[in-house]
Amino acid sequence: MISLTTPISEEKIRALKVGDEIAITGTLFTGRDAVHKYLHEGGKLPSSVNLKDGILYHCGPVVIKDEQGNWKCVAAGPTTSIREEPYQWQVIRDFGLRGVIGKGGMGDKTLQACKENGCVYLHAIGGAAQVLAQCIKRVRNVHMMEQFGAPEAIWEFEVENFPAVITMDSHGGSLHKEVFAASQAELAKYL
Amino acid sequence: MNALQDSLLELIRRTSTEIPDDVHHAILRSLEEEKKGTIAESAMKIIDQNIALAKNKSQPICQDTGSIIFYVDCPIGYVQMAFEEAAREAVKLATKKGYLRQNSVDSIIGKNDGTNLGPGSPTVHFHQHRSPDVTVRLVLKGGGCENVGAQYSLPNEKLKANRDLDGCRKAILDAVLQAQGKGCGPGILGVCIGGDRATGYEYSKQQLLRKLDDRNPNPELDKLELDIVETSNKLGIGPMGFGGKTTLLGTKIGVLNRLPASYFVSVSYMCWAYRRQGAALDGDGRIQKWLY
Repeated sequence: MISLTTPISEEKIRALKVGDEIAITGTLFTGRDAVHKYLHEGGKLPSSVNLKDGILYHCGPVVIKDEQGNWKCVAAGPTTSIREEPYQWQVIRDFGLRGVIGKGGMGDKTLQACKENGCVYLHAIGGAAQVLAQCIKRVRNVHMMEQFGAPEAIWEFEVENFPAVITMDSHGGSLHKEVFAASQAELAKYL
Repeated sequence: MNALQDSLLELIRRTSTEIPDDVHHAILRSLEEEKKGTIAESAMKIIDQNIALAKNKSQPICQDTGSIIFYVDCPIGYVQMAFEEAAREAVKLATKKGYLRQNSVDSIIGKNDGTNLGPGSPTVHFHQHRSPDVTVRLVLKGGGCENVGAQYSLPNEKLKANRDLDGCRKAILDAVLQAQGKGCGPGILGVCIGGDRATGYEYSKQQLLRKLDDRNPNPELDKLELDIVETSNKLGIGPMGFGGKTTLLGTKIGVLNRLPASYFVSVSYMCWAYRRQGAALDGDGRIQKWLY
């Protein structure tokens, strides 16, 4: 298990490769469908959202307000990342991301952006909303809630030892491409 | 709050936070089978921990609490509108309590009013029968797995799939290949052979009400169900698409008649976080027993 703490240097990211198991500590910002489309269309981030050397998490959490009026995250697994494939390369490039967490993997445009900008794709366990919510120690803030609604808003989480696996690295490696090609070849034997 | 509404709230809570036993057994078997020290095994371990945590904390197994689909079997004279009203109230309350995510969005303007109520949400399917019993089943189906569902129109030249069971097999296995880990595998397939585009998908979802360890009464379909699981698990897609031994936990296939011109194979993919529960209700709407 390799520990990563945000903000993350390019050097640290370049040392990671496909298959590495990671534990992340620090800040995660969530961003999914609405945020990516908005940024792609030239939308501006709120000034307090700083993605430079940071990690963006494809996640639409369940967050409720407790009796004291504080946000409490009760479920927070990853959402399917491939929907952001048309936009992700640009968000990596323009905002200086070092990591994107999601599930299911992404395509060639994102892989290329990871290579060019020093970024990795981290695969969290889809559906494991409780294990992952437990790693969220505090909900620091929420941005653009009015505009996008709770699941699509930009949530700012403080996390400790958040588990993920590198499935796309900054050297062109993609576990998703490997597994697809191997499983396709295997299937041909049984048809 | 009336008894029916109370029962439906409890049904939603239990469905969202507790995995049914038949699915849990299949997940534990797959955890055993994955090679030690692999990322596939790590994934299955986290899945197993997650199931325990969700139950203990009474919080959603997965944050995508999905499309809310009720299946109601009811006697002649049962007031369906009263059920729908109670279901809507229960959904609203369950959302407030965090058993359901604020998950329903206006498709045109993109507004999410946070109630989970709106056209198509929740969905209720009624089926009338001659017995006096009322049973309610609930499936919460997340968007990630719904998005990898697929419908094939046979013949399909690219897949060399003709209008026969072998053609159906090729279509179903293609759906597994295309889904990879994106639907949160290991997954479970509900399949319908036949029907039209709407009824085919609908009936494929209904197959997910079957228990994982049941057997298809039709021997040919039973053979196909077992073959799909066995073959899929040889492909090396594995949990989350990380590579590994378990790609599918089960496959259930139903059949509808078709038109001479149409031959659809509809595949609904369910994630490992298989949220399905049901209850038999008494005359006042109180839960008498759980179905899974």
